[in-house]
Amino acid sequence: MTTKTMIGNEIKRENIFKKIPQVYYFLVIVTIVGITLDQVFANGNILSNPVILRNILVRSVALGIVAVGQTFVMIGASIDLSVAYTISLTAVMTSLIIQGDPARTPMVIVIVLLTGAFVGLINGLVVTKLNVNAFIATLGTGLVIKGILNGTFSSGSMGSVPKSFQALGYEGFGPVPYSIILLVAVLLIGWFILSWTKYGAHLYAVGGNILIGRLSGLRTSRVLIGAHIISSLTAVFSGLFIVSRLGAGTPWVGPDGIYDLESVATTVIGGTALSGGRGGVFGTLAGVLIFGVIDTVFNQLGVDTYLKMVLRGAIIILAVASYSVRSKREAA
Amino acid sequence: MSIQVEKPTSLNMLGLLANIWAWVRKIPPVYPIFLLIAIGVSQLNPNFATVNGIMAFIRRAAPLVILAMGQLFVLASGGFDLSQGSVVTLTIIGSALIMHNHEEYTYLAIAIMLGFGIVIGLVNGFVVAYLKVPSLIATLGMLLLVKGGGLYWTGGAPKGYLSEAYRFIGRGYIDNVPLIGRFPVSGIVLLVVATILIILFHKTNLGKQILAIGDNAQAAKLSGIKVRQIRMIAFMISAITAIIAGILVGGYGGSSYTAGEGYEMQSVSAAVIGGALLLGGKGSVYDVAFGGLTLEAMVSLLNLLGLPKPYRDAVQGLIIIGAVAYAGLRTRKRD
Repeated sequence: MTTKTMIGNEIKRENIFKKIPQVYYFLVIVTIVGITLDQVFANGNILSNPVILRNILVRSVALGIVAVGQTFVMIGASIDLSVAYTISLTAVMTSLIIQGDPARTPMVIVIVLLTGAFVGLINGLVVTKLNVNAFIATLGTGLVIKGILNGTFSSGSMGSVPKSFQALGYEGFGPVPYSIILLVAVLLIGWFILSWTKYGAHLYAVGGNILIGRLSGLRTSRVLIGAHIISSLTAVFSGLFIVSRLGAGTPWVGPDGIYDLESVATTVIGGTALSGGRGGVFGTLAGVLIFGVIDTVFNQLGVDTYLKMVLRGAIIILAVASYSVRSKREAA
Repeated sequence: MSIQVEKPTSLNMLGLLANIWAWVRKIPPVYPIFLLIAIGVSQLNPNFATVNGIMAFIRRAAPLVILAMGQLFVLASGGFDLSQGSVVTLTIIGSALIMHNHEEYTYLAIAIMLGFGIVIGLVNGFVVAYLKVPSLIATLGMLLLVKGGGLYWTGGAPKGYLSEAYRFIGRGYIDNVPLIGRFPVSGIVLLVVATILIILFHKTNLGKQILAIGDNAQAAKLSGIKVRQIRMIAFMISAITAIIAGILVGGYGGSSYTAGEGYEMQSVSAAVIGGALLLGGKGSVYDVAFGGLTLEAMVSLLNLLGLPKPYRDAVQGLIIIGAVAYAGLRTRKRD
């Protein structure tokens, strides 16, 4: 009797461990190494100063939100390289339309969300109906948005957002910043859609094998278009957060943050396969947090900017290699 | 899908037309696209259609064409090489630093940079083939490594000049060539690289093995292809072409920290316009070379139309999507 329960418990425990994305082990290692380095070589503020911990999270908000959307398209075996410019588009439109007037906030949010949905719709249509590889398609739409933005708003004042709007970036509900609440909300919604809705199951099916998906009666195009719309919408939310932090939008906020490639990198680090069909938003969150932790540690240690870039590149490769090396699949 | 039309009557016009049509249909779409753009450019700028104009165009297009041909080796094997642009930049700032205003170090600098290229390519290939990191991520990491490493090496401020002999490779002309007058040195580099890559890709087993891996790596492995080694060779070729392109870009434009920016995306776009299939299994060095020329001609066309730089980006984005959609109508592998 006792043995049986024990075995049952062990099996259960093993399942729980299997459910944790492998990337969390890497996150734990990075955090421990980072804190140790901070204790030994710097002032040890990461442990002693809770503000730094909160800042790691706030710093992860912009990348984290857009990475959730990237996770959706990548589960569908697609990719979205236009997010950086969608972020810029949102930031510029927001500060341009709002012109410091708090009363316009709801209208602006509706307009940028509709614009984002439109960008996602175009991405999805080009990928599914014109059969253009998503890498090229979203690179192209990104170039188009970039061109329009730089051509139209390269000079002159672009307006600014009112104080009340900046609350999203700087204020909070008690000790918890609104931005972290936004990130958690986006994560939970993403998790809910992927794990508990029919649409989520369809997306995994389409990403796993689009032909089988189609043969089993899925409208694969609609599923993928939906994923692209979700991705663009998360980019809009990131853009809203960024413009609330900066106070005004510029055409280069998105590409300067390398949100396109970094959201892809964090998603892959989080265990979502580039080939689609596998992965989830919580793995992606860990990938984003790894970036946040190493950025903070580097700042604490005062690492040279260029060396930071080198280490970041090495960590991206190592993070993915740490579990891909055991996979039996061939990478390409 | 060539259907031999054999009719008892030898003068069957319909059959002949069908044959011609079948032959025309087999022409990769990049050639008519290139022809259209070239006609457009020469309409707007009559100088373009002269021998001098063509030579200047070859000189300008050589780096991108070389990069695209190298990128093809990786694309055809099913991967991406996003580190190309940063390798171009590294070549330029690294060469300037090594030469350090010594004209006689020109060839030493080139040799050292080619050595760097081999190492970078091998590391890319090792990470993808042995650590099984998807190449998009592996080469993105390498992009940061090379860019950050290059800036760290030079201390973030430009140091040294590129010697005259070095810059001659990218911007010089050979004078007194019979028939055409003068020929750009970069054109000679382009022809040599193209010849080597065409032989490697089309005349040796390497090309067929790369395509087999890109089509189905598992099947390729089971049929005895050394998948890992071949992948490493593909990445090495791509990195070496990036070094060569870097030498040309440095010669043409001089030393700058942003010289290589965006080249990786351009070379992927050029290769795809040239009919290379992303995720592998299909591609031709000839067509990809024309893909590079097409993209460069497109930039000339948009320049001539007087569009401001930002709108050129936008139109270029539209044209890339359009060209790939058009090519995709004819070269569809699977949905």
